[in-house]
Formats: sequence, structure tokens, C-alpha cells
Amino acid sequence: MSNIADMFFNLDIMRQALPLLMQGLVMTLKLCAVVIGLGLIGGLFLALAATSPRRWLRWPTMALIDLMRALPPLVLLIFIYSGMPFAGVQMPAFTAVAVAFLLNNSAYYAEVYRAGLQSLPSGQWEAARATGLSMPQTLVHVIIPQAVRNVLPDLLSNTIEVVKLTSLASVVSLAELLYQANMARSVTYNSSPLVLAAAIYLVLLWPCVRLVSRFQRKLSI
Amino acid sequence: MERFLEVFFAPQVFARYAPDVLYAMMTTLWLGLVIILAGIGLGLVLACLRTAQCWWLTLPIVIFADVMRALPPLVLILIFYFGLPGLGLTLSGPLVLFIVLTAVLAAFAEEIFWAGLTALTRGQWEAGRATGLSFFQTLIHVALPQAVRMGIPSLVNRALAITKMTALGSVIGVKEILAVSSSAQAMSGSATPLTMAALAYLAIFLPAVVLARWLERRFSWRV
Amino acid sequence: MTPMLEIAGLEKNFGDVQVLRSIDLKVARGELVFVIGPSGSGKSTMLRCCNRLEEPTSGSIFIDGRNIMNALSADLNRLRLQTGMVFQGFHLYPHMTVLKNVMLAQTKALKRPKAEAETRAMDMLGRVGLAHKAKAMPTELSGGQQQRVAIARALALDPKVMLFDEPTSALDPELVGSVLKVMKDLNAEGMTMVVVSHEMGFAREAADRVVFMDGGVVVEQGTPDQVFGNPQQDRTRAFLSRVTGAE
Ligand SMILES: Nc1ncnc2c1ncn2[C@@H]1O[C@H](COP(=O)(O)OP(=O)(O)OP(=O)(O)O)[C@@H](O)[C@H]1O
Ligand SMILES: [Mg+2]
Repeated sequence: MSNIADMFFNLDIMRQALPLLMQGLVMTLKLCAVVIGLGLIGGLFLALAATSPRRWLRWPTMALIDLMRALPPLVLLIFIYSGMPFAGVQMPAFTAVAVAFLLNNSAYYAEVYRAGLQSLPSGQWEAARATGLSMPQTLVHVIIPQAVRNVLPDLLSNTIEVVKLTSLASVVSLAELLYQANMARSVTYNSSPLVLAAAIYLVLLWPCVRLVSRFQRKLSI
Repeated sequence: MERFLEVFFAPQVFARYAPDVLYAMMTTLWLGLVIILAGIGLGLVLACLRTAQCWWLTLPIVIFADVMRALPPLVLILIFYFGLPGLGLTLSGPLVLFIVLTAVLAAFAEEIFWAGLTALTRGQWEAGRATGLSFFQTLIHVALPQAVRMGIPSLVNRALAITKMTALGSVIGVKEILAVSSSAQAMSGSATPLTMAALAYLAIFLPAVVLARWLERRFSWRV
Repeated sequence: MTPMLEIAGLEKNFGDVQVLRSIDLKVARGELVFVIGPSGSGKSTMLRCCNRLEEPTSGSIFIDGRNIMNALSADLNRLRLQTGMVFQGFHLYPHMTVLKNVMLAQTKALKRPKAEAETRAMDMLGRVGLAHKAKAMPTELSGGQQQRVAIARALALDPKVMLFDEPTSALDPELVGSVLKVMKDLNAEGMTMVVVSHEMGFAREAADRVVFMDGGVVVEQGTPDQVFGNPQQDRTRAFLSRVTGAE
């Protein structure tokens, strides 16, 4: 028992590792800001293209979304980080990670938005168009606000996944939270930094997870 | 273009490593299958236990489900793989991967089933009980089939996302597709094995994505 | 005087199915034309062609003397301001208050200043008897109230013609009267209206002309007394006996 406390909950080691982990946390948050921010916007455009009546726009978009859903994000990341340099495309780890996760997550956000867009009755389109609103005006003022509101729980749920996903950046040595924790572990031969990292993720995400559950309950009743 | 093909589709590299990647595909497939079965099964059991509505069952289930949904799987994988040996308990890479991903899938599955169960109207339960079924019979024959049906689209998507995470095994030495292709890439000094990895994953998961779409359309009715 | 709305040789196909086969119809200024016909006869399709929510296969549609089929799609949004449309299902925007519903197209499509749009919206809501509900959300209103808001939303854009597609069909019987009353008042004030509806009583009281459609053509038209009292065509007689028999 004391062994467990020593190996996993060693306060001394945690205290020593904390500054390093905080640096990592900053990097994680930066990554989240980029991927979530751009993903929310990119996903919306993908979803609009994927629900477009124009076939030449819809089909390639759906293909891209399905491709991204079928590829594990880590594979995409390794491909971009280790594979692209062979083609002469070199980029810093942060960029590689951001590009890979952005591709992956725009597709996931797009799926969420798409469900929201398709949940709206066509009467909303017609009413808006009949009052002379243009297509973009209809989207901005009538369709998108309702679609987003309808899928808010799923957007939140996907955003949680993005935050968790950023931990994969440690594989390509981007100094985010998990990378720093794992460094501290290998230096101290002690797992407490990993446990501390887990605790930080929990503090960050547990409230969100609760909120998603609450949302789902409310929707279903 | 030629140079692009040379880098990402060099035929001799392709031929050289195809058997390894194929073998790794089997590992990925088989790991994924076991994880899906165990994860969904465990999730189903947990959701059923939760219907008993006694706090000493509900509380641990809710905490388990919340923690597993909030933690990045890679954190758990590292803790299990690098931490447990310190306690004299050494688990193999595949076993760690199996345990962690099964737990994560079980957590999500439990939430999906539970959402389905709570979405059922009180009337369904009462109809079951009123026709003389026991609580347990009502659960099995009336409530669960509807809850499962309602949850199928989300469940398929979630199972897909988590099975894809078997790629994380490459970090702890599981010889699945990504690990094998990464080392092939290092050895051959060519990017082709990475293309092979991508193709291998697509071969496995693209049909699954298409299936998920089909199921979504098929089950999109709401009770 | 040119008619306010003129439909000439209007045809519409959905794939291979010809839904409208050469419709001709003139609606004079201030006239209320009442359209009846069996389900699937193309009544909705004809109305929806009048603001090009449905793209006609061929034919012309003149509003106040101007052929809207010549308009480029860029001008379409401005043209649609000339026709107000009221749907069977209301289609209010559920995420906006009643007032915002009536203001949206005024500010975005007509580019009216906000204050002016609001005054105008309150006027129109007052006209349909719902000024006190301006701050309510659509879901807090009864069906009849929602439909009157939808009428106010269309009126606020100063349309030249109002098109009603079964405006009372989704309403509980006791709520129908309030909507019909608004429509009657509107016509009394000189609005040109085309109304697709099954409210024969309303037609007898308020319509200037009744048009009977079947199979994508206008089979018969005339005053309410002529069409209801002394129909000339067998198809009209059959339809009327079916409808009145059901009542
Ligand atoms: N978007 C569409 N695609 C294919 N067919 C359509 C479409 N809209 C209408 N139709 C067909 O056109 C015909 C006329 O439809 P329309 O809605 O105009 O009839 P209606 O007279 O309004 O009938 P109702 O009284 O039931 O409203 C119907 O047979 C319908 O099935
Ligand atoms: Mg109709």
C-alpha cells in the first residue's frame, strides 16, 4: 500500500514536476485554442458543403469527411510529421500537430453540424427565402443559429474529445502536458507526474463531461 | 508527380513490407474486435446495474464512466504500462491496450445505454410490469431492446473512434499497423510504409464508416 | 389596368411528372382569388411558382406588369419582397421573439433602419391583434396566434400580393376564425390575395372569384355563387359534392 502511495501519489515528486507540467498545460491550451477555434469554423463550412444541393460540392466533401473518420488521428499525425518531410515539406511539430488534428476534427465537427442542419424542417428555409432573405442571410440568421442550438451537447462532447486528442502530440515530442509528465516520469522513475497530469485533465474535463450527461438527460425527457 | 510517387508509393518498398503490414492488420483487427465486444458488453452490464437505483452501485458506475470519458486514453496507457511494473505487476503492451480501451468504450457505452433507458417513457416500464413481467423481465424484454436500438448510431460511431485508438499501441510496442509501418519507414528510409499504414487503416475502417452511415439512416427514427 | 398578378402558360414538371400543364390566371388589383381543388392537383406548386420558391419549367409570371421569370437570380430576393407568403405550417423562426421574426427580413432584405423596422413590426402586430405578444417566443403562442404573426411578418415587407397556402388547415377549429378575420380585413383594405383553402364559408363571404384546379389545369372559375351554386364541369361538381358531403 505504501508502495502504491510512493509510486503513484508521491507528493514531493509531484511538487517538483508541477512547474514543468504547468508549462505543458500552457502548450496544451494553445493547441486546443487553435484546433477548437479553427475546427469549429472549418467544420461548419464542411457541413454546409456536405449538405449542399450541388453534387460536385457534396460528394468530395463527404468523401473527405469519411476519409478523416476512417483514419486514426495518430496515423494522420505521423504521416504529416514523419512522412511529409520526404516530399520536402518540413514543418515544426506544433504546425504538424495542428494541421493533423484540424483535418481530423473539422470532419468530426462537420458531422455534428450536419446533423443539426438536417434536423431543421425545410419550412424554415422556405419562410426565410419567401421573405426575400438571400441564401447567406438565411444561413446566418435563421438556419445556423437553430442548427447550432440543436447540437450544442454534441459540439461540447466533441470539444472534450479534442482536448483529450491533444495528448497524442506527445508522440511527436511536442512539449504539451502529457509529454512533460512522461519526461518527468522517465527522469524520476516514478509515475506520480503521470497521475498529476491525469488529475489536471480531470479538473479540466470532468465538469464538461458532467454537463454533457446533464444535457443528454434533459434532451431525452 | 513522379517524385511524389517515388516517395509515397515506391513499389519495391511496398512489396518488401506488405507481408508485415498485412500481419499487423490482423493484430489491429483482432484487438479491435475483442475491445468492441468486451467494451460494449461491460457497458451494457453497467447500465443494467444502474437501473437498480441503489446509490452504492450507481455512484461507482457514474464515477467510472465520468473518469474514463474525461481522461485521454494515452495517459491511462502510460500509467498502466510504465507505472504498474513499479508494483511488480508487468502487463504486456496488448493487454494494457485492451484493458484501457475496453474501459473507455465501456464508459461511453454505459452512458449511451443509460440515456436510452431514461429516454423510455414511464409508460413502457408500467406496461411491462402491468402485464405481469418482473422488473428484470421488463428490463430485458421491453426496456433494453428499445434503449439499444436508440443507441446504435452513437454506439457505432463511438466504437469506431475507440477501435481506431489501437494505433496508440505503437507507443507501447504493440505490433499493430502503425508500429510496424513506422519501424519499416525508419528501416527503409522511405515514406511508403506510412502510405501503406494509411491504406491499411482505410481498408479496415472505411467500410466501418460506410456501415455507420447506413445504420444512422436506418435507425434515425426516434421512439 | 394591368393585373397585379398574371400567370401565363405556367408549366411545372417534377422529373417526368407534369404537375402543372399550362395554367393561365389573372388577378386584378385588390381582388381575392380563392383556389380549390383535390389533393395533388398542383395548388401549392402554383403558389410557390409565383415567388419562384419552385422554379417553373416554362411560362411567365407577371407581378404588377413585370415578368419575374426574366429576373436574374441576384434580383430574385428583391422580387420576393413583392409577394408575401403564408404557409400551412406557419414556419416562424423558433429561436427569435415574435418581434424579431417580423423585423428580420425588414432589416436584412429591405435594409430598413432598425427603429423604423420595429415601428413597422409593432404596427403590423397590432393589426393582427398581437401587439401584446411582441416579446413572446413563437412556441408560447397558440397556432392561430402563430399564423397571425406569420401574416404580420409577410405584411411588414409591403408586398403587392399575398399568397396563402392553406393558412388554417393546421389549426384547431376554434382558432380558425381569428385568422380568417385578419385575412378578410386585409382584403377589405385593398390587398390583392390568392388563397388556397378548404374554408368554403370564407370563400362565399370574401372571395371575388373561385378557381377550381384539377390535374394541373384550371378547370373552372367564376364568382362564388357561380362555382358553388351552379358548377358547369362534371369534375367540379364531383369535387364539390365530395367536399360538402364530407362536412
Ligand atoms: N418537390 C417535389 N418533388 C416531386 N413531386 C412533387 C414535389 N412537390 C410536389 N410534387 C407533386 O406535385 C403534385 C402537386 O403537388 P401540390 O403540393 O402542388 O398539390 P396540392 O394541390 O397543393 O395538394 P394538397 O391539397 O395536398 O396540398 C403532387 O402529385 C405532388 O406529389
Ligand atoms: Mg398543398
